[in-house]
Amino acid sequence: MQRFLPRALMAPSIVTLFLWMIVPLVMTLYFSVIHYNLMQPGETGFVALENFHYFITDPDFWPSVMHTLQLLGSVIVITVVLGVGLALLVNEPFPGQGIVRVLLISPFFVMPTVNALLWKHMMMNPIYGVFAHVWQFFGLTPIDWMTDYPLLSVIIMLSWQWLPFACLIFITSLQSLDREQMDAAGMDGATPFDKFWYLVLPHMGRSIAVVVMIEMIFLLSVFAEIFTTTGGGPGNDSTNLAFLIFKQALMNFDVGVASAGALFAVILANIAAVFLIRMVGKNLD
Amino acid sequence: MLKKKPFPIVRTLSAWGVALLLFFPLLWLGLTAFKTEGQAIASQLFFTPTLASFVEVQERSDYLLFARNSLITSLGSTIIGLLIAVPAAYSMAFFPTKKTRDILMWMLSTKMMPAVGALVPVYVMAQTVGMLDSLAALVIVFTLSNLPIMVWMLYSAFKEVPKDILEAVRLDGATVWEEFRWVILPLTMGGIASTGLLCLVLSWNEAFWALNLTSAKAGTLASLIASYSSPEGLFWAKLSAASLMAIAPIIVFGWFSQKQLVQGLTFGAVK
Repeated sequence: MQRFLPRALMAPSIVTLFLWMIVPLVMTLYFSVIHYNLMQPGETGFVALENFHYFITDPDFWPSVMHTLQLLGSVIVITVVLGVGLALLVNEPFPGQGIVRVLLISPFFVMPTVNALLWKHMMMNPIYGVFAHVWQFFGLTPIDWMTDYPLLSVIIMLSWQWLPFACLIFITSLQSLDREQMDAAGMDGATPFDKFWYLVLPHMGRSIAVVVMIEMIFLLSVFAEIFTTTGGGPGNDSTNLAFLIFKQALMNFDVGVASAGALFAVILANIAAVFLIRMVGKNLD
Repeated sequence: MLKKKPFPIVRTLSAWGVALLLFFPLLWLGLTAFKTEGQAIASQLFFTPTLASFVEVQERSDYLLFARNSLITSLGSTIIGLLIAVPAAYSMAFFPTKKTRDILMWMLSTKMMPAVGALVPVYVMAQTVGMLDSLAALVIVFTLSNLPIMVWMLYSAFKEVPKDILEAVRLDGATVWEEFRWVILPLTMGGIASTGLLCLVLSWNEAFWALNLTSAKAGTLASLIASYSSPEGLFWAKLSAASLMAIAPIIVFGWFSQKQLVQGLTFGAVK
């Protein structure tokens, strides 16, 4: 009984997660090596690596990969740098600190589609958007963000949404900073910058790493924002890997090629995941 | 000698400035929701609030249907998730084995899989069994997506229970169920609540599966909002009204549960 109970309790979760992981993976593997288009359900045949070849030689492929990386890199850098700055700013007590924190973290809880349209129509619309009004106020011609700078627009949206997350984590990390050490360093003649560089930053090393890893994992599969605003365009200017796969699967209905692409995405994600798991594992005990 | 710290004017002003700047888009959304379309386009700062846009949203797109769907899928996935995750976490926290750590790691890794990787198989499966555009499919997918996080958070919560209390209760002859019902459950109610809350938030905001697996019947608020992407005619106020109603509850949730959400989202890596 002693050994049976724990296993019985764990079984539902392990079985369901296992199925959730294995079934799609096996199906994806299978689909990726056959010819399968939802519009031509009769024609299925083993085509080995042809789907992979097709996916990679798609003129949209490399731009998608580049955009995925650009998106990832920009958002991570922006959120980490600004996040650290904001966390430092907000960490010392001042009037209204609680309210400021509440205001700061709000964007993170906005659903992706609202986020996307909020920016696309309310802020960035070249005629009626807030940015347009501000630009006009300064006598400049408003920018058509979505058409001229689609990837940048998506980066702005995502940074806005994830900055609170980074900030919140950094605030948590800062709160465990050793005050006495800081004061002692101050008495030894350390400047604020010295304190930051030699004491604060190393202390925040782990939380920065966690933020980077988590954002990598979630940002690799950004989809809703692109779907709702630019639709990957104009052309493929704001298509990332996830959107490209989606395009193949649900717009071209080419399940075979989409599956090949999905495997790429999974590999990419796993590389990031390996590092995160190691880090979390250290913290487990 | 106690040095009195000067009033942090610069810090206060800049912190407030940044916070207001960051919050501004949401503030603007909130204001626009109470305008008429004409006022919305003109970006008027002063206007008399009206509920006209909220009414129009309901008429145009049956907001309540989508809200109901969001509610059902969020609550459904949370409840089912808890039913599956609580036993698992309980088992791992109180009956740990050598493999426990590996199992937890593995669960974590299933969360790392990008949703798009499962899009094709899940879509094909759903289509085959006729479950496209069904609430059941969404509830299943949401539950599975959130399960790893839930197990992790509950595991952390259960680990906090002091062993002495458990031993004392066991010495008194309590059964497993009694031990759980009267000791563990009360002690970890906070952790369980946070986990449920996090799952609610994640499911409510979930957009990837909602956009791809549903259309008219089982669409959630996320997909309703997406349909405003390129509509006909004037729609800013309506979009704001719909959006405000969709995000307000979650933002308020978020305000109250910041710490737990951080814990859950970083898998406890940052304390």
